[in-house]
Amino acid sequence: MKPVTVIGAGVAGLCVATELTARGVPVRIIDRAKPPSPKACSWWAGGMLAPWCERESAEEEVIRFGQEAFGWWQRHTDCVRQEGSLVVALGRDRQELARFGRRTSGYQEVDRATLREMEPDAAAVHGGLFFPDEAHLSPRDALASLVDGLEAAGVVFEEREVATPEPDGPDLTIDCRGLAAKDRLDDLRGVRGEMVVLRCPDVSFRRPIRMLHPRIPIYLVPRGEGVFMLGATMIETSSRAGVTARSLLELLSAAYALNPAFGEAEILEIGVDVRPAFADNLPRIRRKGNVIRANGLYRHGFLLAPSLARMVADLVQHDIQPEFSDDQAYA
Amino acid sequence: MERSFYGTTLASPLMLGTAGYPSPATLTAAFQASGASVATVSLRRESGAAREGQDFWAMIQALDVKVLPNTAGCHTVKEAVTTAHMAREVFGTPWIKLEVIGDDDTLQPNVFDLVEAARVLSADGFQVFPYTTDDLVVADRLLEAGCEVLMPWGAPIGSGRGLNNPFALRAMRAHFPDVPLVVDAGIGLPSHAAAAMELGYDAVLLNTAVSKAGDPAMMARAFADAVRAGAAAHAADPMEPRDMAAPSTPVLGKAFLS
Repeated sequence: MKPVTVIGAGVAGLCVATELTARGVPVRIIDRAKPPSPKACSWWAGGMLAPWCERESAEEEVIRFGQEAFGWWQRHTDCVRQEGSLVVALGRDRQELARFGRRTSGYQEVDRATLREMEPDAAAVHGGLFFPDEAHLSPRDALASLVDGLEAAGVVFEEREVATPEPDGPDLTIDCRGLAAKDRLDDLRGVRGEMVVLRCPDVSFRRPIRMLHPRIPIYLVPRGEGVFMLGATMIETSSRAGVTARSLLELLSAAYALNPAFGEAEILEIGVDVRPAFADNLPRIRRKGNVIRANGLYRHGFLLAPSLARMVADLVQHDIQPEFSDDQAYA
Repeated sequence: MERSFYGTTLASPLMLGTAGYPSPATLTAAFQASGASVATVSLRRESGAAREGQDFWAMIQALDVKVLPNTAGCHTVKEAVTTAHMAREVFGTPWIKLEVIGDDDTLQPNVFDLVEAARVLSADGFQVFPYTTDDLVVADRLLEAGCEVLMPWGAPIGSGRGLNNPFALRAMRAHFPDVPLVVDAGIGLPSHAAAAMELGYDAVLLNTAVSKAGDPAMMARAFADAVRAGAAAHAADPMEPRDMAAPSTPVLGKAFLS
């Protein structure tokens, strides 16, 4: 069998390649940068596998398909930390917690005493919501793990620029280029995100903590050894210009409010990239001739890439129409 | 009485903000359900300035409503004026919702700088929609500065508290019978919007009440119904409240059955 070409080695491309390889379909991967690379926006992701929390502002599909992510990442990497996640709010934003609770499910309310036991370093908050079934992973480790697995299986990476794949091309090609695929996906848009990586040995969290705020909701994901990912802004633009002072101030102030020890943190990295998204913020798989375009993972790269990969593989192998499809999807 | 906004008559008295929706698809659905005639757009965040922001801008254009760019988040005259110029260039409209914030906790307008910025912008050909308090003297100064529309707050931005001071809003309506008035900010429920329209206001401007509702499109429809009801009630000349009961059925001549 001729190998299927996967273009793009971010979380979408690597998951698709991994899924196809696991099913015995030969694959080659092309990207302008050797993965895992900071040029893919998944490099900058939070890595929360939090479908129930995400439901607050996402469609129901995120819960339905997001649950595939836990098993998938566990099968293909050993990066998953199954510790649940916490949602908290500071005193005067407490109504935000009630609203979040009304819009989501799969949580337990936790009072201050319980919270203190769970996360002694989040003492500034009075209570919160605990989502026990959620998990998180380190995106860079997880991507590196997929690359190792693919290399071990003999998959070839080609590090080069590549022309836009067209339906009349000779080989079946999976287009996983993220926002770059806007040249063939008119309705794709960019949503800018800014994040910070901090080292703060004085603070220790076991699980991701989301802090609600009417204007500046943030999350902190522990990466181990005192390192945290603090994210992330959501701005309707495709600009990759440097982080703005305002965004940085807002992110850092929120972390500082959660625990003033973050004031002493060392800033390791500031990241900016642009998430690819469709109008309803759900992914799409569209096939035309010899090209399958899989895109639009938005802020749900690690959460939804496993189901995206499963659907692409089902389409390649068995011609099954993907659930992530629309009227333009499958021609 | 139909008052025009710088020569434009609005088909609906609803002005909706475009921030904070779960997705562009829900934003579009909410606008369709609301029948809103005006969309406010924040230049600072949904940056139309650079070419990179054009997807969001294209989506707003596709709504087919008048665009009212705003200077949300500006704290000084200079910042507001610069933002207004950028907005005019990007969105191709002289309309500007002028917001100069004076206090970060209440997002209360700095009325001194607001008047100054309104003067600068009006002189420069802008058609200014000033976000102001319900202070009559400030309102007078804004008109003097060249504004032909006033947008007093109902309550602090995003608070959803409704009309904090109906007395002041009523006084403003009485004081400026010919000026188009919009209640901007603080509206949390359709009943608040209806109350503003019942006072004789020409429009209401809101964002969070719809964008953060569990079902933004359904809430948008509720607001459309509310402003229609409020406007009709005002036009119908409502009764005056009274202190004493006044039986709607005459007691005299009532059948005596017991």
